[in-house]
Amino acid sequence: MKFSEQWLREWVSPQLDTQAIADQITMAGLEVDAIESVASAFSGVVVAEVLSKERHPDADKLSVCTVNDGSGEPVQVVCGAPNVEVGQKIPFAQVGGVLSGDFKIKKAKLRGVESRGMICSASELGLAEDTSPGILVLPSSAPVGGNFREYMQLDDMTIEVDLTPNRGDCLSIKGLAREVGVLNRLPVGGPEIQAVPATIDDTFPVRIDAPEQCPRYIGRVIRGVDVSAATPLWMVERLRRSGVRSIDPVVDVTNYVMLELGQPLHAFDRDNLKGGIVVRLAKEGERLVLLDGQDVALKSETLVIADDDGSLAMAGIMGGENSGVSETTQTIFLESAYFTPLAVAGKARSYGLHTDASHRFERGVDPQLASVAVERATGLLIEICGGQAGPVTECVHDASMPAPRNIVLRTTRLESALSKKLASDDVTDILLRLGLEAESLAEGWSVTVPSWRFDVAIEEDLIEEVARVHGYNNLPTRRPAARLALRPANEATLTQRQLRNQMVARGFQEAITYSFVAPELQAAILPDAVSPALANPISSDLSVMRASLFPGLLRALEHNLNRQQTRVRLFETGLVFNGHLDNLVQVPMMGALVCGAREEEGWSGVKTSVDFYDLKGDLESLLALGGNQDAWRFEPAEHPALHPGQSAQLRHNDEPVGWIGTLHPQVGATLGLKVDAVLFEVRLDALSEGRIPAFEPLSRYPEVRRDLAFILKQEISVQVLLDCVRVEAGNYLKDIKLFDVYAGKGVAEGCKSIALGLTWQHPSRTLNDGEINQLVDSIVTQVRVKLDAELRG
Amino acid sequence: MDYLPTLVSEARDAIQAAQSVSALDELRVRYLGKKGEVTALLKGLGKLSAEERPAAGERINQAKQALSAEIDTRRQQLENEALNARLAAERIDVTLPGRGQSNGGLHPVTRTLERIEGLFTRIGYDVAVGPEIEDDYHNFEALNIPAHHPARGMADTFYFDTTRLLRTHTSPVQVRTMKSSEPPIRIVCPGRVYRSDSDLTHTPMFHQVEGLLVDEDVSFADLKGTIEDFLQAFFERDDLSIRFRPSYFPFTEPSAEVDIQCVMCSGKGCRVCSHSGWLEVMGCGMVHPEVFRHSGIDTERYTGFAFGMGAERLAMLRYGVNDLRLFFENDLRFLRQFA
Repeated sequence: MKFSEQWLREWVSPQLDTQAIADQITMAGLEVDAIESVASAFSGVVVAEVLSKERHPDADKLSVCTVNDGSGEPVQVVCGAPNVEVGQKIPFAQVGGVLSGDFKIKKAKLRGVESRGMICSASELGLAEDTSPGILVLPSSAPVGGNFREYMQLDDMTIEVDLTPNRGDCLSIKGLAREVGVLNRLPVGGPEIQAVPATIDDTFPVRIDAPEQCPRYIGRVIRGVDVSAATPLWMVERLRRSGVRSIDPVVDVTNYVMLELGQPLHAFDRDNLKGGIVVRLAKEGERLVLLDGQDVALKSETLVIADDDGSLAMAGIMGGENSGVSETTQTIFLESAYFTPLAVAGKARSYGLHTDASHRFERGVDPQLASVAVERATGLLIEICGGQAGPVTECVHDASMPAPRNIVLRTTRLESALSKKLASDDVTDILLRLGLEAESLAEGWSVTVPSWRFDVAIEEDLIEEVARVHGYNNLPTRRPAARLALRPANEATLTQRQLRNQMVARGFQEAITYSFVAPELQAAILPDAVSPALANPISSDLSVMRASLFPGLLRALEHNLNRQQTRVRLFETGLVFNGHLDNLVQVPMMGALVCGAREEEGWSGVKTSVDFYDLKGDLESLLALGGNQDAWRFEPAEHPALHPGQSAQLRHNDEPVGWIGTLHPQVGATLGLKVDAVLFEVRLDALSEGRIPAFEPLSRYPEVRRDLAFILKQEISVQVLLDCVRVEAGNYLKDIKLFDVYAGKGVAEGCKSIALGLTWQHPSRTLNDGEINQLVDSIVTQVRVKLDAELRG
Repeated sequence: MDYLPTLVSEARDAIQAAQSVSALDELRVRYLGKKGEVTALLKGLGKLSAEERPAAGERINQAKQALSAEIDTRRQQLENEALNARLAAERIDVTLPGRGQSNGGLHPVTRTLERIEGLFTRIGYDVAVGPEIEDDYHNFEALNIPAHHPARGMADTFYFDTTRLLRTHTSPVQVRTMKSSEPPIRIVCPGRVYRSDSDLTHTPMFHQVEGLLVDEDVSFADLKGTIEDFLQAFFERDDLSIRFRPSYFPFTEPSAEVDIQCVMCSGKGCRVCSHSGWLEVMGCGMVHPEVFRHSGIDTERYTGFAFGMGAERLAMLRYGVNDLRLFFENDLRFLRQFA
């Protein structure tokens, strides 16, 4: 909400400058966003009268005028404005004056005619946004020769407050003045508003069919208004300084009263209304053409103002095009009503609307304000447009009006909440100035909440009010005390922090990618993925939840490749989303991607690119971190995003928990990636599962090592060979080292040679050659039988 | 016997001329070995008279010892030379960079989150996390934000359907924790949150850390003390000015926004603080009784406070990052700066 400082000071005027007022209300919870001058800085501008106007001899669009600027001598000035006329009072920049932008007014010749000064438009003085060519015409009462700034009271500031949704009561000068009064302990004034007695008998019937949504509706007929009358300059200025454009006197008055008191009003053209006003809920699908020209189909929960022919306006949100005031209007029907917050809340938004009225009704308009506001508006309207007012028609359903709230504020609770004893009189004073009725009780206060404070409902709300006015920064500070209780800590569980640090130590940069991805990208990587899609995504690129960390990592790869970063090592941790909304799982995962050179480019000559085994090594270092490697297995398996011959499913205690593999070349091509990348992603819960070390005594007896090389078919995995060897190697096998893999000359086509170093050790005696030979024989036999593999000769 | 001086002198020359340890070993054999030339002289002693024999023997033995010592010296000399030659040959440029994998680094947001978590866990807070796809109840209702509440307009929510949404703040974790545990509760909840907003200063996903403390006799003073300690610790500035401004959050009462003196200009006024000298960094307040009621906590016995902050904002201020969007581009040139 924007307001003029001058206007506020008419109600309450503390001995503080603009910045101090702004700071004060900011620190009371009404955050000031901006302070701006209401006009640009200019000097040497006076009120002048146009004495004569002639056509410029050499220019069609210019006129040569003389003006009386109070200096005694008529001043000749060339003016380009089409609307300049003899007899007008106008703002006149004298020679020597300076307009904004350091524009100095000098004597000049325009097309050969001397011009001494300038007749100004509103925009040239920083009084209007638009740059229409017309000069600003002042009321005839403006004093010739008077300082224009003073005449217009332009030494004023527009203050913009960003009000929180609970403070609807401050969406008016009256409400703001009340706050400023409380903070400065000053009485609050304001214009005296008197009832305008009826001078005609005209009324228009009103019926409320939806009292829950509209407990009070006040209407009044005003006949014989002159809609062509000009809104007085002071009102136009106040509206402008509040960020509201002047439209016509009727709209201006309703806006003015809304800004002044906080009551949104609406004016109908009486002659376009049929039968009587009915406040009711809309019929589903009922059509209404709004003031902004939109033709909407109403929803049944929308409150409307209707007549016998149908709906006229969306109650508390926006009027209709066909029932509003126009140039031909002679009789108006003025509406001042209380629509409950629930009747309006969310409704405007559901039609994509947000208006000054809906903004206020959603937050709560004082239900007692309607009758005052209708009198204020009537008075102003008749003053400006003439006309005669009929009696006020008020329709009220007391049972649906908000009941007055009474809250007990306990001294003990107040003190314990703030850790401070406050003088009882100070508390009472704060409450009273806020407009709360506070009656002293033995335990504290019995407080009655005024009708405009929708946000005060419980004791804590009152504590906040007291704390706020007292000043948060004047309240004490202390540190919470707590018992030093040790809590269980699971030693076997690795933290995310440990896992992340391991990746960092292995040369990975951590990425954070969006949790929503482009559906085409996800489909290219995981054609069968099912994950929830947003109903209102910000763009289609960010519209489905990721079912894997791969899409985000691959996008990050692409981003870096496009920026000459060819060696990429990235990892990310975060949730992936699998399933439909009703069987959704949100799983924390860790994913990683490598691409490019194995090592940073350097002098030592390692120029090879990473492959599957590089990333597998990184992953194994994570698995080893918890000491629980034996729980893990890599099973050759196919994944749509991965190379079918270079991908493995990760199994943890035989449960599938992740994937590792080289990016499928076709998927890479689809994504426009011209490089090979290797990726993994694994469930974090599995990665976190380590073990507590269990000591095994060291044997004092010698180790025995035998090296065996087997020739086996290419398609048989090393894992199968190792499993087979382990079964036969007996209980005292300590270790198997895989020290050579070879295929090529000397090994049959389609086969490979795998060399294993086996180490045995007995805990309590020396193993003899005989037993080891027996074990080796049985290994060789079983490998031959089960895997069709021979010992290499 | 007269032959000895000649022999010794010849042997000496040979020893000095030897260029390797093996050549020296050969000379030792040749002169001093069992069949060596000097040793042979000893064998000739028998031809001498008994009077001459001891003196001649003495001379030969002396000559043997002298030659042996000379061989040892020469050997030492050769070994030293060889070592020096090897050391010289093995000289490397120690200023060349080391080999192997270079380190990576954590994302600046993670770094910030870990720092915040660390400050709180050290004084007894636990870390709690929750789902990111939330329901209306945990994200709004249980936090005292009923349907159509104007506060729903404060956060533009991403919806999946009428009740399922992406959490707009980490506050639902509060609710879940209060429902599942008994006071005293002290938690911080870091995580991703989502709002339908994307421009220079907003990204549709960002990170928050929520804090919650529920116990007997917790007051607004405890909240102020905790926040002040935290901000001064986070920015490592004991003299950091902090102010509490009344504000509004449906789930706290009283509520406050927290401003710190601008860390860029020390409060003098700059572009970052819009020339106000203050930066808004957190929201906080005392837990609203309605929130306690949703979680089944006795509002007469327990009170508590909650606070929330944006990790990206704190990271930007701490590390001087001037563009929010950089956090999610994952540009290595950006990420490497935080290693």
